[in-house]
Amino acid sequence: MQVDLTVNGVRHALDLDPRVTLLDALRHDLGLTGSKKGCDHGQCGACTVLVNGRRINACLALAVMHEGDEITTVEGLGEPGALHPLQAAFVTHDGFQCGYCTPGQVVSACGMLGEVREGWPSHVSVDLEGPVDLSDVEISERMSGNLCRCAAYTGINEAIREASAKSEAAE
Amino acid sequence: MTTQFKMDAPQRPLLDRTEQGVIHRPLDRPEGPLKVSGRAHYAAERQLPGQVEGVLVRATIARGRLAGMNAEEVRAMPGVLGVFSDERFLRNPAQGGAGEAPVQGVREIFYHGQPIALVVAETLEQARHAAANLRPSYEEAEAQVDPATASDVDRPDKRRLDQGDLDRAMAEARASVDVTYTTPPHHSAAMELHASVASWEGERLTLHGSYQMLKYNKAELADSLGIPEENVRVLSPFVGGGFGSKLGISPEAVAAAIAARDLGRPVRVVMTRQQVFSMVTHRTSTRQRIRLAADEEGRLTGIGHEDRVYNLPDEVFSEPTTQSTHFLYAGANRRLGQEVARVNRACTGSVRAPGEAVGMLALEGAMDELARVLHMDPIDLRRRNIPDRHPEQDIPYSARRLADCMDQGARAFGWSPGSRREGEWLVGQGMAAAARINMVAPSEARVTLRGDGTALVETDMTDIGTGTYAILGQIAGEMLGLPVASVDVRLGDTDLPPAAGSGGSHGASSAGSSVFLACQGLRATLAERLGCEAEDLTLKDGVATGGNFRADLVDLLSGGDLSEEGKFEPGETADDASQAGYGAFFAEVAVNRITGETRVLRMLGTFAAGRILNEKTARSQCQGGMIWGIGAALTEELSFDPRDGHAVNDDLAEYHLPVNADCPPIEVHFLDERDEMSCPIQTKGVGELGISGAGAAVLNAIFDATGIRVRDYPATLDKVLAGLPD
Ligand code: FES
Ligand code: FES
Repeated sequence: MQVDLTVNGVRHALDLDPRVTLLDALRHDLGLTGSKKGCDHGQCGACTVLVNGRRINACLALAVMHEGDEITTVEGLGEPGALHPLQAAFVTHDGFQCGYCTPGQVVSACGMLGEVREGWPSHVSVDLEGPVDLSDVEISERMSGNLCRCAAYTGINEAIREASAKSEAAE
Repeated sequence: MTTQFKMDAPQRPLLDRTEQGVIHRPLDRPEGPLKVSGRAHYAAERQLPGQVEGVLVRATIARGRLAGMNAEEVRAMPGVLGVFSDERFLRNPAQGGAGEAPVQGVREIFYHGQPIALVVAETLEQARHAAANLRPSYEEAEAQVDPATASDVDRPDKRRLDQGDLDRAMAEARASVDVTYTTPPHHSAAMELHASVASWEGERLTLHGSYQMLKYNKAELADSLGIPEENVRVLSPFVGGGFGSKLGISPEAVAAAIAARDLGRPVRVVMTRQQVFSMVTHRTSTRQRIRLAADEEGRLTGIGHEDRVYNLPDEVFSEPTTQSTHFLYAGANRRLGQEVARVNRACTGSVRAPGEAVGMLALEGAMDELARVLHMDPIDLRRRNIPDRHPEQDIPYSARRLADCMDQGARAFGWSPGSRREGEWLVGQGMAAAARINMVAPSEARVTLRGDGTALVETDMTDIGTGTYAILGQIAGEMLGLPVASVDVRLGDTDLPPAAGSGGSHGASSAGSSVFLACQGLRATLAERLGCEAEDLTLKDGVATGGNFRADLVDLLSGGDLSEEGKFEPGETADDASQAGYGAFFAEVAVNRITGETRVLRMLGTFAAGRILNEKTARSQCQGGMIWGIGAALTEELSFDPRDGHAVNDDLAEYHLPVNADCPPIEVHFLDERDEMSCPIQTKGVGELGISGAGAAVLNAIFDATGIRVRDYPATLDKVLAGLPD
């Protein structure tokens, strides 16, 4: 099937087997291997990408469903020498060890901070309305779809807290 | 030139006299920017010209023979290039450090989930679909799948110890406990799926794999395929976690190599998550009987620790459950022993801290129980039982700051056990000791000082998240007087000098020592060129001083490269002293009085593990280990079907790793220590120390909060609920 995917601002015209997941299209067909496969079943979050700004598990989507969507992968957030503030904070706070879950964590955190800015409540939010206070429990709750077997959670949360504080200060 | 060294005598801490000042510092990982931006490439991410995809197929019976399969039909499916089922295929994964082929041959079936075939097609979608359509037929045989009732049971001599008279010590004890703990099977569940990309150039095989110990993996692969070792190259520059499951080669590597040879095209085989749960090693369940006998002051007079574990018939590995019981506490009368039930279940092997990870869960629970019987503080009880000399071998201990770890940890944590109620929650505290044996292994590295005054470290050592890139750069930088930014580290390629590999927490000490030795050789040459004694040489920020001389490093090199290999070997110090890393865990938990749910509120670990090379990566290692402890304490349990022995919860939704919301902030402290018996850089392992006992602190805290003693790990709600008042 013919499908047009816009990834990190670049349009790609692809001819894909309809069974190809968005994750495999990124990794195999576009060579964007930053998005990782940890389970292929929507259970680990390693494949998290942003679709029109919202985070999804790319292993649970078929590529052909995303014709015309704006997809952002970890490669689109920053690169060595020009890291996204979240990526830089992950390095400073050692928010990873083996690094395999890391792209998913970074992209997920990026999407999550957007949700917080828009005032979306979570399971642990005290209030369903109004602005969200990004407490430690909120970060942990909202990031629990991204597993890390190295268990770098302390560093991950510190990195997210720092990056979010910095971006608030900048606003 | 080569600088060789065997660890036969304690070593002076040279790293305390060098001046660059990069050792111990919490420096960022040099490969960090690649990892956080998705530019670090893992095994499955190799895309070679003409590459095709293989999908493994597993047996769906526990014991029997493969009678046939509809291979012809599958071969005719769209895109399919071949269906392979070869007698060289691995039946079992290789154990850590095997260095030879594991059990091969997939016609004979020994466990549910065993590999039986590989289907290769042009695309992953085609291969996956075809693999799903491969229908094997079997001649079934009777299987034994339950370790509790298995008829075939070994009692390995190497695990047996009988010293004094434990029964008498128990009978005469003023206080004693005789309790049985159980731990369920655990899985490493590294986030990166096991994957191999195999390609041939004539007789030479290149394998991009995800492995921990490359020189052994190369030998295992060569032996499995029946080809000379020099024709095999294994590359693993980045490994997405291993925790033991990538110590030895697993079935996908050999299957990919065989198919690639036959098809004349590179073949990629990536296991599915479900396949990982059955095709690589996992940790056995344990049943552990602990007996502790003590006098009225809490001094141990006897220790018994007997366990039952399982593995496949003929596998030599068995979990060394009692490993730390041998040396941790005093007690003249001792009985240790093991039963290995032979079952038709997936292969068991090393998972992070084999031995201590589960043995300490039972021992440290039992010690807490003894403290309760004696009405003693559990720290006092442990302090009172730290032996002067090894209680079984009459050798001294090397650096051992267990008491300091407990005391300083208690202060930092605010140790004050005693249940208190907060709404519907019962809050309590628990502690446990940490102990993990220290090991070193032969390791080689090459260090090159380049004419421009930068350095290159090369070894086939791996970084599986442990921080190898960081610490080897720091050691070279420190020894050569260079900022870490001027040191490049190349790892994970068997064309480089063979290292110890990542396993048993021996990587940093062993590979680190080889880099240290190579640098020592370079320092000797530089001293000679400068005109001073090696002992008088100071290297800092690219400048050499010594005697009355001073020169820029680049001038001493006069444009040329200077290369040196370092070869490290374990020696007599390994037997001259009992070596281990030590520590103390503290946990505060809240148990819900209505649901029985346990939340860990905070956790702290204090560790003494020799010299800490990088405080940041070492801290992450310990935090990770402690979170594994939370998993073992509360959530992790791999279940096998009692009928056919298949792994039931074989995915990440049902096998419950701790997630972010399960983990409180984890505080880690390191005590200053040098272990001169361990290796020339005075380090000991840290990667496994953080798990060795951690879960016991959580269960001891549950007891403190509720008075409920859970002895069957993990302490899920049902087990706690049963003990709560209505
Ligand atoms: S790979 Fe998509 S959630 Fe695990
Ligand atoms: S860093 Fe290894 S799984 Fe998260």
